[in-house]
Amino acid sequence: MADASTSAKGDLKLTNLTKSYGEFKAVDDLSLVIPEGSFFALLGPSGCGKTTTLRMIAGLEEPTSGKISIGATDITDKRPYQRPVNTVFQNYALFPHLTIFENIAFGLRRRGIKDVKEQVDKVLNLVELPHLADRKPTQLSGGQQQRIAVARAIVNRPALLLLDEPLGALDLKLRRQMQIELKWIQTEVGLTFVHVTHDQEEAMTMADTIAVMNEGRIEQMGSPAELYDNPKTAFVANFLGQSNLIEGSIVDSDGDYHVVDLHGQKAKVLKSRTHSKNNSVLYAIRPEKLRIDLDNQSRPGNRFTGGRIVDVSYIGVSTQYQVEMPWKQEIMVFEQNDDGVPPLDKGDEVTLSWEPSFSFALDGAQDATAGSEVNPEEE
Amino acid sequence: MKTLTRWFSRNLIRIYMVLGFTYLFIPVAYTFVFSFNDYIKSNLVWRGFTFNNWKNPCGVLDVCPALGNSMKIGLLATFIATILGTLIAFALGRYAFKGRAVTNTLIFLPMASPELVLGASLLTIFLNLGMNLGFWTIVIAHVMFCISFVVVTVKARIASLDPRLEQAAMDLYADERETFRRVTFPLVAPGIAGAALLAFSLSFDDFIITNFNSGTTITFPLYVYTHAERGLPAQANVIGSAMFFLALLIVVAGQIVGKKVKVGK
Amino acid sequence: MAAVVRTSGAATSELKKKSLVPYFLLAPGLIWLALFFVAPIITLVSTATKTPGVGIGEFVQTYRWANYLDAITGSAAQFSRSFLYATIATLLALAIAYPLAYGIAFKSGKYKNILLVLVVAPFFCSFILRTIAWKQILGQNGPLFRLLLDLHIVSDTTHLTASAPAVIIGLAYNFLPFMTLPLYGSLERIDPRVLEASGDLYANAFTTFRKVTVPLSMPGVVAGTLLTFIPATGDYVNAEILGNPSTKMIGNVINAQFLNTQDYPLAASLSFILMIIISVLVMIYIRKAGTEELV
Repeated sequence: MADASTSAKGDLKLTNLTKSYGEFKAVDDLSLVIPEGSFFALLGPSGCGKTTTLRMIAGLEEPTSGKISIGATDITDKRPYQRPVNTVFQNYALFPHLTIFENIAFGLRRRGIKDVKEQVDKVLNLVELPHLADRKPTQLSGGQQQRIAVARAIVNRPALLLLDEPLGALDLKLRRQMQIELKWIQTEVGLTFVHVTHDQEEAMTMADTIAVMNEGRIEQMGSPAELYDNPKTAFVANFLGQSNLIEGSIVDSDGDYHVVDLHGQKAKVLKSRTHSKNNSVLYAIRPEKLRIDLDNQSRPGNRFTGGRIVDVSYIGVSTQYQVEMPWKQEIMVFEQNDDGVPPLDKGDEVTLSWEPSFSFALDGAQDATAGSEVNPEEE
Repeated sequence: MKTLTRWFSRNLIRIYMVLGFTYLFIPVAYTFVFSFNDYIKSNLVWRGFTFNNWKNPCGVLDVCPALGNSMKIGLLATFIATILGTLIAFALGRYAFKGRAVTNTLIFLPMASPELVLGASLLTIFLNLGMNLGFWTIVIAHVMFCISFVVVTVKARIASLDPRLEQAAMDLYADERETFRRVTFPLVAPGIAGAALLAFSLSFDDFIITNFNSGTTITFPLYVYTHAERGLPAQANVIGSAMFFLALLIVVAGQIVGKKVKVGK
Repeated sequence: MAAVVRTSGAATSELKKKSLVPYFLLAPGLIWLALFFVAPIITLVSTATKTPGVGIGEFVQTYRWANYLDAITGSAAQFSRSFLYATIATLLALAIAYPLAYGIAFKSGKYKNILLVLVVAPFFCSFILRTIAWKQILGQNGPLFRLLLDLHIVSDTTHLTASAPAVIIGLAYNFLPFMTLPLYGSLERIDPRVLEASGDLYANAFTTFRKVTVPLSMPGVVAGTLLTFIPATGDYVNAEILGNPSTKMIGNVINAQFLNTQDYPLAASLSFILMIIISVLVMIYIRKAGTEELV
């Protein structure tokens, strides 16, 4: 069984990968390299093609065109069982008729490995569930099943571990705990993890590199901080966290900065963080980067005047404000409750200010709401 | 008074269930009770309690050979129908192919036809072909009407299988054959067992189709029917009751074993 | 539904699309059905238009379509009686089985499996034996009759057996498990939270039952009524054992024509008419009920 392809090692390389169902292109000419040993996340709303991509890598779906290779080995036409790839399935897909031990031993036995018992015990210890070896999957809790599913895959030491929404079925608290655990296991075993998720927080907590997918293509790829602080498209800006996007146009230059006219008010944005081909831009600033003050006060940096608070939600650590601007757009502001000052009231006239280097500017030709309408919980 | 009406309305369903089950079991209970009747000639009037009928179930002419025929036919028909039906169920549940609609119709029609029509039409073809009616024509007929029930039962089981389980097996280095052997088949097996049990009970209990195609061969239902006029021996009740308890035992044992397997060691 | 299943299993079905394997799997069973179901039905249809030949018991094909007309006019009463009895028996079985299935699905807790087994259990005690048992229970010497006599509900001259009600009770009884199981199947699938939601939205128990439970259990009702109605229409055993000459159903006529009179063309045309009427009724019924996912 252990031929050249199952023992392949190296970076995963997808070249012009396409999957179409009739007219519909689920994955559209996708090319990317995932370095060996990294924790990589494919992030996107449901139907964006991330799961199809994962299934093609696993061999469970045939690409319409394109190439998949690991290191120097082309695995595009290999059957699932001929690839050095293992998957942690959504809902785990543990074999209900086999014990936990036999579930984990399944892959080892198929490959004719000798010291099955030893290896299974080792991986059971790694996931801290050695006492469950003789149970059946249905007798385990969701979190335990999840860990067994990971154990069943990593015991084979694949070149690549694929995780298909592995934490989707768990409740929030357990999900947080498992995020940390998965990350720890990944560093412990040193395998390449490719993680598919629609949960931006999950992707940001665990992955070294995130590729944000939309409509079969990669919108942007980079480290979590890069994607959050300097998104290149409205979709990424809205899908990872929240953004205020204001229509405007570049009217002047000031050293490293562009000066942008926003409905009659001026603001600056770094040239290096401007991603527009012409002067028409969507000026973007994250809600937590904005400061909110009553009209008579002033602070350094850029500012908008003439805002009026239309909604206040107090949520403990912070207060969220909806501020209506003179041009009738509502701007969202998150204010940390760290100064002991009581929240402002609905109807207050306010000034918003911010550090210009925190802002970014996107191409003005896009839909400003792209990526914000999708409900990430929807599957 | 008020509490009584409330108790009544709250337990209405339960009361109804008791009545429903009573209705279901009255004839079975009657058959069982009269299997102990110390009858003379016809088992119609209660004459006193005896174990004699149970001690000597083959004590009347023809009853045990009839039972033997039913058993042989039942086992043979079940065996053939289960294999043929399971193959069809796998084709329908696991493959995309042309002619699916025709196949589905062909499976559905025998279940939707009155037994009388099935039996009668088989008789016309056996007569036209000049075949001798008897043991084998009964087996052929029973296989024919059992196939559909096997297909439906096994197909339902296959459809309820999570396709990810088979994908997981393939992902874990099992090729197509190993995947079928280690995952698909063990998971579908309870459905196949259920289908076989159903096929056997349908075959064992069939009267109408058998009656058309039996020639001179007598099965247990045929024996009961033909002797009902002249008075049925209590041995028939013994066999009927014994089959009932045997089947109950098998089903209950199957459930317990199933539960044990589920719970593990 | 099928489409959903197919996309989630896309990989498997996609890989197995162009293979000949399914045809090998289908062939043995379908050949069996072609030889012993389709061919017999065709023979039956061709026998129906034959007329007596020279020899005794010999029939030749003359395409006498009037055989069908003769069959209908000769047995119109038995035909209509069959459908009447089967309809009443089906409704009766539905009335008995629905609460039973409802109770098993929602009120039986850990006894669910045992109760389900008990529903099917009477099957294993021969169908003919049980029908004969009914005859004797209802008969003049039977325990039920004695009890009713003592209670002065019946008199010595009353007959419980050899009557239309006895035949109908027998039919309803015999096919009760066929009714109960599909009903249970669709009731059991109802999420109890849906029923609670209905209560939460100001529906009382009865309204909840009428507006939520019943519509959701419709697939079971359709399957159950069909599985009862079809065999009940073609049955002749109940009418034979529990009835009298004036309760004869079409099954009795066909049976007698085939096995006693041996007028095969008449028997064949009667069978074919029965099959056609049932098919038409079933199709209308399925249309009306709006369920086509029976198999």
